[in-house]
Amino acid sequence: MSGLLYLIPIALFLGLLGLAAFLWALRSGQFEDLDGASHRILHDDDDDGSRDP
Amino acid sequence: MTALDLQGNPQQQGAGVLPPLDCSAHAIKDDDGLSRLHLNVEGVHCGGCIRKIEGALQGQPDVRQARVNMTTGRLVIAWEGAAARGSELAQLVESLGFGVTPFNPERRRADQDREETELLRALAIAGFAAANVMLLSVAIWAGHFYDMGPATRGLLHWFSALIALPAILYAGRPFYRSALAALRGSGLNMDVPISLAVLLAGGMSLFETLTDGVHAYFDSAVTLLFFLLIGRYLDRRARGKARSAAERLLALRSGSVTLLLPDGRRQVLPASRVEKGQKVLVAAGERIAVDARVVEGRSEVDSSLITGESLPKPAKPGDQVFAGTLNLAAPMTLEVTAVDEDTILAEIVRLMELAEQKRARYVVLADRVAGYYAPVVHLLALLTFIGWLMIGGLAWQPALLIAIAVLIVTCPCALGLAVPVVQVIASGRLLRRGILLKSASALERLATVDSIVFDKTGTLTRGRPDLIDEGQPKEALDCAASLAAASRHPLAQALVRARPDIEPASGVQEIPGCGLLLETPEGDIRLGSRRWCGIADSEDSPGPELWLCRPQRAPLRFAFRDQPRRDAAEVIRRLQAQGYEIELLSGDRPATAAAVAAELGIEVWRAGCTPAEKCQRLAELEAQGRKTLMVGDGLNDAPALAAAFVSLSPASAIDISQTAADAVFQGEDLAPLPELLDVARRAERLVKQNFGLAFTYNAIAVPLAIVGLVTPLVAAICMSASSLLVIGNALRLSRGSLEAGRGR
Repeated sequence: MSGLLYLIPIALFLGLLGLAAFLWALRSGQFEDLDGASHRILHDDDDDGSRDP
Repeated sequence: MTALDLQGNPQQQGAGVLPPLDCSAHAIKDDDGLSRLHLNVEGVHCGGCIRKIEGALQGQPDVRQARVNMTTGRLVIAWEGAAARGSELAQLVESLGFGVTPFNPERRRADQDREETELLRALAIAGFAAANVMLLSVAIWAGHFYDMGPATRGLLHWFSALIALPAILYAGRPFYRSALAALRGSGLNMDVPISLAVLLAGGMSLFETLTDGVHAYFDSAVTLLFFLLIGRYLDRRARGKARSAAERLLALRSGSVTLLLPDGRRQVLPASRVEKGQKVLVAAGERIAVDARVVEGRSEVDSSLITGESLPKPAKPGDQVFAGTLNLAAPMTLEVTAVDEDTILAEIVRLMELAEQKRARYVVLADRVAGYYAPVVHLLALLTFIGWLMIGGLAWQPALLIAIAVLIVTCPCALGLAVPVVQVIASGRLLRRGILLKSASALERLATVDSIVFDKTGTLTRGRPDLIDEGQPKEALDCAASLAAASRHPLAQALVRARPDIEPASGVQEIPGCGLLLETPEGDIRLGSRRWCGIADSEDSPGPELWLCRPQRAPLRFAFRDQPRRDAAEVIRRLQAQGYEIELLSGDRPATAAAVAAELGIEVWRAGCTPAEKCQRLAELEAQGRKTLMVGDGLNDAPALAAAFVSLSPASAIDISQTAADAVFQGEDLAPLPELLDVARRAERLVKQNFGLAFTYNAIAVPLAIVGLVTPLVAAICMSASSLLVIGNALRLSRGSLEAGRGR
């Protein structure tokens, strides 16, 4: 049973890490434009923008 | 505001004709020396659009940031230097073919955006807590069989309390607030038993933990919160989308106009500052922002937004034009007859707001059930407590424990799941068929519908002119189509649709208000109006038409009409056979409406209806005790869509109508309509079955809890079992073919 003493804190720490990551993402605006991101991935950044897609 | 969605290419219209859009007043200067401008952008559909806009803006040397938000249809530009540069940047976006309107970010309902973020944060915290508490709970449950010592159990309970209590306090706030509001209004909603169960479960579990007891229910409290928050968040997001469309309607009203001063100078003003009797200029391709009378110029006006009429109407001096319509062909000078609050557009907005207030009074089934359910549960728990205390002779702690067990066992888990699960599965099934349910209670209302009212243009018909095949020679049709390919006029587009493979002719000129001209060595080829082609007027051609005049050939007529959707007649017949009362309410002329009604077999029809008259007719039907489904697409239908018991609009409808409607369907066919009604009826049946199951479960579990037989393990198993049963029953909706559903 002594394993619980460090296993539970580790489990909680990992969970909190995930929660913190989500809250950071929420605060930094990752959830504001849910539709645009899926299109943006198709952009070619080093293109000079003269060509119409 | 220059909406280019119909005209497409602003360069062809002559960019010089467009009045400069004055956006500098909306630009905000930041502390860091950057000016920022927020714009609503119309017509952003894909990654290419985002790239085009952002690429062009970032190509400007002084622009520091340009970001399109596709979900909300907004653009933020930040640049170094003076605010006045904003107008140029906005025009740059316009010249790419996107309609823009400035908006003030402070006027946005910031509190609603905050609410969504808060809900998401609560969801994350509840999810984290639920996962971790479950982890510990599984150990505790297993401990019941493997002789877990009280010390270990106590430790696990303390860990659970540490995670669960802050989560319950924080993540439950949306429910506590709503429950408090309901109680303050001396009513009960679903949130009252939810809040009570969650808070009591948390409180009692803490008490048990403190006293080294066995009955800690942290897991049920937190998982219940988590599942309910998921539902809340999805609901909120659906409504958030609708809201951004409504904001765009307001943007239509706040367009700018070019004022023609008595001394001949021009001045660009917001529409709200123009006064009655003043003269304004409106360019080709520009949306008219005021109700006005034409003084000078001949053009065609697309008033589909206001009347639902699919074909452009000619406008000549003396004619009345309305705010929200689009000037298609040539510049005109107008005299203002009504501004801002008095315009037809403002009237429609008012009607819609009124109707939506009325609809908000509809109480969803789950809340209606909760209205009976909550008092019964609370009373039972109270009686259990008093009974054990007075008659059973227990001390108050164990008596309270048993009473709380009653509350938790009857916790509205199964009841709360019965409706949402069926709805999620039904909307998933409908979504695969191209039907989007927007309102949570739409399915419930659709299931009880007994009459259906249709709009004509764009709903029963395709909402665009199509060429009538009158045996025109193929070679003439090819020639006409090759000219027509150069124009965006609806009739020209119809010709191109009839012969899609034709090479566009080069050197075609578009003469506004007249037609298309191609100069060839043999002479001029003309495709355009009867008058311009020099044909005498006659009475035998009531519908829209184009004439093709070629050198040394007889002029040829192409007639057009707005065709009914392919399966409209069959769908109407099927609905009539199922016992629905069908009615047609059109804003179009009586002759056209009568023809369509006769063709589709609709006996009751009305033509020439204004938006207010449509609402009035729906109110009449309601007074007769009918439950009406309204199907429509135009802005003129929007108030009726909002006023009807339940409403549906095609995906080709304008944003405002899609916002007002409860459901939106895609595609060229009407077939989704019977399917939607069918799924709604089956969903209703399943919801009732699920309520039955939930009540049966309660009828068994509650007496056991009252006599004090329910342990945490039993409660956990019962609750999951009842939830699984409800979900399993709901899953039946996604199985089975449509035909089977129809047959029943």
